[in-house]
Amino acid sequence: MLRLEKRAQPSKQWAALAPVLAVLITMVVGGGLFALLGKNPFEVIRTIFWDPLFGEFAFYYRPQLLIKAGPLILIAIGLSLGFRAGIWNIGAEGQYIIGALCGAGVALTFYPLDAWFLFPMMILAGALGGWAWAMIPALLKVRFGTNEILVSLMLVYVAEKLLAAMALGPMRNPEGHGFPGSRNLQQYESAHNAELFTGSGLHWGGITALLAVICAYILLNRHILGFNIRLLGQAPRAARFAGVNPNRLTVFCLGISGALAGLAGMYEISGPSGQVSIDFNVGYGFTAIIVAFLGRLHPVGILLAGLLMALTYIGGEIAQSNMNLPAAAIQMFQGMMLFFLLAVDLMANYRLRLTRAEVS
Amino acid sequence: MDLSSIKPALLLASLMIAATPVIYAAIGELVVERAGVLNLGVEGMMITGAICGFIAAVNTDSPMLGFMAAAVGGALLSLLFALLTQYALANQVASGLALTLFGLGVSSLLGQGYVGIKPPSTPKLDIPVLSDLPGIGTVLSAHDIMIYLGLLLVAAVWAVLKYTRIGLILRAVGENHDAAHALGYKVVRVRVLAIMFGGACAGLGGAYISLVRVPQWTEGMTAGVGWIALALVVFASWRAGRVLLGAWLFGGVTVLQLNLQAAGVAIPVEYLSMSPYLITIVVLVIMSSDKNKAPASLGKIFHASS
Repeated sequence: MLRLEKRAQPSKQWAALAPVLAVLITMVVGGGLFALLGKNPFEVIRTIFWDPLFGEFAFYYRPQLLIKAGPLILIAIGLSLGFRAGIWNIGAEGQYIIGALCGAGVALTFYPLDAWFLFPMMILAGALGGWAWAMIPALLKVRFGTNEILVSLMLVYVAEKLLAAMALGPMRNPEGHGFPGSRNLQQYESAHNAELFTGSGLHWGGITALLAVICAYILLNRHILGFNIRLLGQAPRAARFAGVNPNRLTVFCLGISGALAGLAGMYEISGPSGQVSIDFNVGYGFTAIIVAFLGRLHPVGILLAGLLMALTYIGGEIAQSNMNLPAAAIQMFQGMMLFFLLAVDLMANYRLRLTRAEVS
Repeated sequence: MDLSSIKPALLLASLMIAATPVIYAAIGELVVERAGVLNLGVEGMMITGAICGFIAAVNTDSPMLGFMAAAVGGALLSLLFALLTQYALANQVASGLALTLFGLGVSSLLGQGYVGIKPPSTPKLDIPVLSDLPGIGTVLSAHDIMIYLGLLLVAAVWAVLKYTRIGLILRAVGENHDAAHALGYKVVRVRVLAIMFGGACAGLGGAYISLVRVPQWTEGMTAGVGWIALALVVFASWRAGRVLLGAWLFGGVTVLQLNLQAAGVAIPVEYLSMSPYLITIVVLVIMSSDKNKAPASLGKIFHASS
C-alpha cells in the first residue's frame, strides 16, 4: 500500500523540480484538451512555446515577450512577498488599474506640458495610487481584522467601475469626437513610456521589473525584514516571540505589492496601451498570482515564470489567429499550470512510502 | 429624476430574485467552511454552473434539467479542489484561486457557441394563499421554484447542522479535525462530501443567474457574486439564518441601485454599480470585529500522520 509520510524538511530538489514538472504535465494534458477541440496537439504546443521565440515571425513576437513579462514580473514580485508572510493580496488587478489611472491622470492634467520631469511624476503617481488602493485592505485588516482577501478582491470591481467612469467622463479625450477613451499618451512626447532600444520591447517597466527582482532577492536573503516576512509565514507563533510585529508587516507587504502593481499599470498605460479605456486591464493582476506560485515565490523563479507566462500569452495569440484556437483555451491552460503545480508540490513536503498492509 | 417610479412591493419582489444566486452559493460555502475547508473557488464554480446549466437547458429545452446539470458541473469542478486540498494536501487559498481562474477559463471555452441565445424560461409558481395576502402577496408569490427551494435549502442546512448527527460530525470535523479523527470519523471523506455539496450549490446559484436573472450567457457574467457569497459567510458568522439576512441586504442594494439608474438619478451609472461591492466591504468591516466565530480548523491541512 502507498502511504504518505511527512518530510521533516521540504525537499529542495522536489521544490525546484515541481514547476518544471507542472509545465510538462500541463503540456501533455493541455495537448489532450487541444486534441479534443480538433487541433493537432503537437502543432499547438509548438505554436505556443516555440514559434514566438524561434519561428518564422519571431522578430515580431520577441519584443512582445518583454512587454508582457514586465508587468507580470513586477506584480508577481510584490505579491510573492505577501504570500510568503501569509498575507493574501489578490486584488492586484485593482491596484494596477488605479496606478494606471493616477499616472495617466497626472499626464492628462498637465497636457500638453513638455518637460523632463513629467514622466518621473507619473511614475510617482502610479506607485502612490497602487499603494493607496492596497492600503485600504491593509488598514482595515490591521484596525478591524477584516479579511484582506475579500476586501482586496471587492476593490478590483470598484476599480473597474472607476476606470469605466474615467474613460467615459473626466478623462475622455476632448478632441475624441465623443468616443470613449482618453488622449493617446503614445502621441504625448513627454508622457510616453517609449521603447528604450528599437525592436527590443524593453521599456522602463522592464527595467523596473528587473530592479524589483534584484531588490526582492536582497531583501529576502540579506535583510532582517525579509527574514521576518519568511518567519511570519512559516511560524507565526515563533515570529511573535521574536518580536515581529505582524501588523507592520501586513502594511508593508500590501503596500509594496500595491505600489508595484500600480507601477505596472502606469507603465502599461503610458506605453503599450497608451489610453485610458474601458478594456484597459486584461487580467495581469490575476495571472501574476500564477506567476508568483510558479516561480516558487522566489525572485529569480518569478523572473523565469513571468517570461514563460508571457510566452503562453503570445503563443496563445498566435494559435488564436493561425489555428483558430479559442482565447479561453489559453486561459484554461494557464489555470491548469497552477493546478498541477499545487498537486506536484505534494512531493516536496511528503514522501511516498510503500508499506505492507498490516493487521492491527 | 423620478423616484416615485420605484414601487416598494416590486422592489422587494426583485430583491428576492437578486438575492437567490448569493443564497445558494453562500449556504453551500457555509457548509464547506463549517467542515473546516476554505474554498475560495466559489466564483469559478458558479460560472461553471452557469454555463453547464445554460447549455443543458438550451439543448433539452428544460430549465429543470439545466439546474441539475449546473449542480453536477459545479460539484465536478469542486472535486478538483477536493483532490488538491484533501489528497494532495495543497494550500487551500492557492487552490481556491486556481479553481476560480480555471473555472473562468473552462466556462468561456464551453460557452463559445452560446452567446446571444435565449434559454427556455423557468415557469413561475402561483401559490394560492400567499398571492392573496394583501401587500406582501406580490413579494412572496409568483416566483420560480428555485427561489422557494433556496429558502428551503437554508432551513434544511440550519436544521441539519443544529439537530442531526450528520451536522454534529460535520461541525466536529471543522472545529478540531484531529479529535474527530481520533474518534474514528473519516475527516477526509466528510470534507470531500462537504466540498462537493458546496460546489453543487454554487453551480445552482450560477445557473440561476444565467437562466433566470439575466437570462443569457456572457463571459464572466457572475461578476464577483461568488466573492460576495464568501464575504456573506463571514458576515453570517457561519450561521445559516444570517446568510438569508445578508443575501437580502446585498440583493436590496443591487436592486435599489438598478432602480435608481432606471429612475435617472444624477449619479453616473458606474458609481452606482460600485455600491454592492462597497456595501460588502463596509459590512465585512462591521462584522469582523465580532471575531472567533470561525470554525477552529478552518483552512488547516489535515494529515493523519501529523
